Amino acid sequence: MTGQDAFAAALLDPDRAPPGRLTGAGGAPAGRRFDVYRNNVVAGLIEALETGFPVVRALVGAAFFRAMAGEFVRAHPPRTPLLMLYGEALPGFLAGFPPVAHLGYLPDVARLELALRDSYHAADAAPVDPGALAALSPQALARARLRLAPAVRLVRSDWPIHGIWQAHHGGPRPPQGAQEVLVARPGFDPVPHLLPPGGYRGIAALRAGVPLGAALSDLQESNISALLQLLLQSRAISAITPEDAQ
Amino acid sequence: MFDTTRPALPPRPGVGFKARHFAAILDDPGPVAWLEIHAENYMGDGGRPLAQLRAVADRFPISVHGVGLSIGGAGPLDPDHLARLSHLLGWLAPASFSEHLAWSTHEGAYLNDLLPLPYTARTLARVCDHIDLVQDRLGRRMLLENPATYLDFAETEMAETDFLARVVARTGCGLLLDVNNVHVACTNRGADPVAYLDAFPMAAVGEIHLGGHDVQKDEHGAPLLIDSHGTQVADPVWALYAHALRRAGPVATLIEWDTDLPDWPTLAAEAARAAALIDRVAA
Repeated sequence: MTGQDAFAAALLDPDRAPPGRLTGAGGAPAGRRFDVYRNNVVAGLIEALETGFPVVRALVGAAFFRAMAGEFVRAHPPRTPLLMLYGEALPGFLAGFPPVAHLGYLPDVARLELALRDSYHAADAAPVDPGALAALSPQALARARLRLAPAVRLVRSDWPIHGIWQAHHGGPRPPQGAQEVLVARPGFDPVPHLLPPGGYRGIAALRAGVPLGAALSDLQESNISALLQLLLQSRAISAITPEDAQ
Repeated sequence: MFDTTRPALPPRPGVGFKARHFAAILDDPGPVAWLEIHAENYMGDGGRPLAQLRAVADRFPISVHGVGLSIGGAGPLDPDHLARLSHLLGWLAPASFSEHLAWSTHEGAYLNDLLPLPYTARTLARVCDHIDLVQDRLGRRMLLENPATYLDFAETEMAETDFLARVVARTGCGLLLDVNNVHVACTNRGADPVAYLDAFPMAAVGEIHLGGHDVQKDEHGAPLLIDSHGTQVADPVWALYAHALRRAGPVATLIEWDTDLPDWPTLAAEAARAAALIDRVAA
């Protein structure tokens, strides 16, 4: 082991003795001074998770979150110095963490928070004019393809994750049942929107380049216009390609 | 060796840019003449962070300060991270780029702290190789910052100031003198900070950092200072800063305040205090 192997291993393992030959003031053994580094590393990473997952934290409580995040940090240290994106592995970790096994929705709430954070840092894109779709005939609309903004994210869950997120932002008690969520960024702040039945598959198909009519064929007529309004108003469409340009 | 036509940081006070001060800085920067950002916070693809950075970069010279390159690491530098850094420096064209004499990545894991290294012929060669690679890849000279340390290594063969002087001689890099780190590290190792400053290769200094620290004691009752960047600059650090300025002349000086962020007037007052000391040596 090199010196940094031993140093790094002891940083993340509180039961492992610090590497030898470290000294403090006047050449005395370093002792607890090594703990300053241990604390800096773990506390800083826990803080990054607290910033990234505020609703998960509220659901389990601040003290529990800190302890749980400490375990996560030691098992899954970041792979890049971009702490604003740290915690991609948290949903999987939560799904296999016995103390939260009774909170079945927790991993999916973490996935929603990841989607919001990814959206926040996604590339900018100018949206199409809100009247752009209205200018097309029904036939042309059905054959058009949409390009969605880079900040658009989709999350699907067997749990009411949108309702849970809303409840933590002043909304009512969440309903029961599965929910599909669109995350869009009309300005700089991403917003989660509850999708109508079939909305997730429809938007995923639009994003894959399927023409609008085919992409949204599973949706009821009234839901199609509501969904297109939502995409336009949340500035989630960055280009419309009519059929003749394809 | 490198392009020197790029405008340097002005020899005035700057502050670390925080989103919460965005409107206040544009409204009335007071004595603040330039801003510093942590490179890693601006490596996303878009959104508010980059929009704010573009806006302040229109008004102020920018210093990009990296915390994640792990120049003192035993392993090779991360080419992906160097590419991200190159991209940021490419579009932003900042006045300065600096990094730390420390390591933070090991076997691909990012440990999120500026970790210490022993000062030996072997670590000197490694640090110089890494700096050569960084300066070559980025096409510009970088500044290397002296670390705040809490312990030392028995195998250390040379003083930190000698180590830094040799890095400068071999690589042509400049230095970022963190005066708070000098106070913290010298106190923690029971050394004299004035002697440290007198031995520091002052001609290579392109920027000074000032920041707050926490005061603790170790298990033997010896002082243990923690580099926290969460308070005002302490009086002994101001005194050391005045000493450093007398040796170096006017230097671009950053007030670093990264946790428990103050309101803008409090931060601007710290910058004003640095400005007064710079004025004294400039006169």
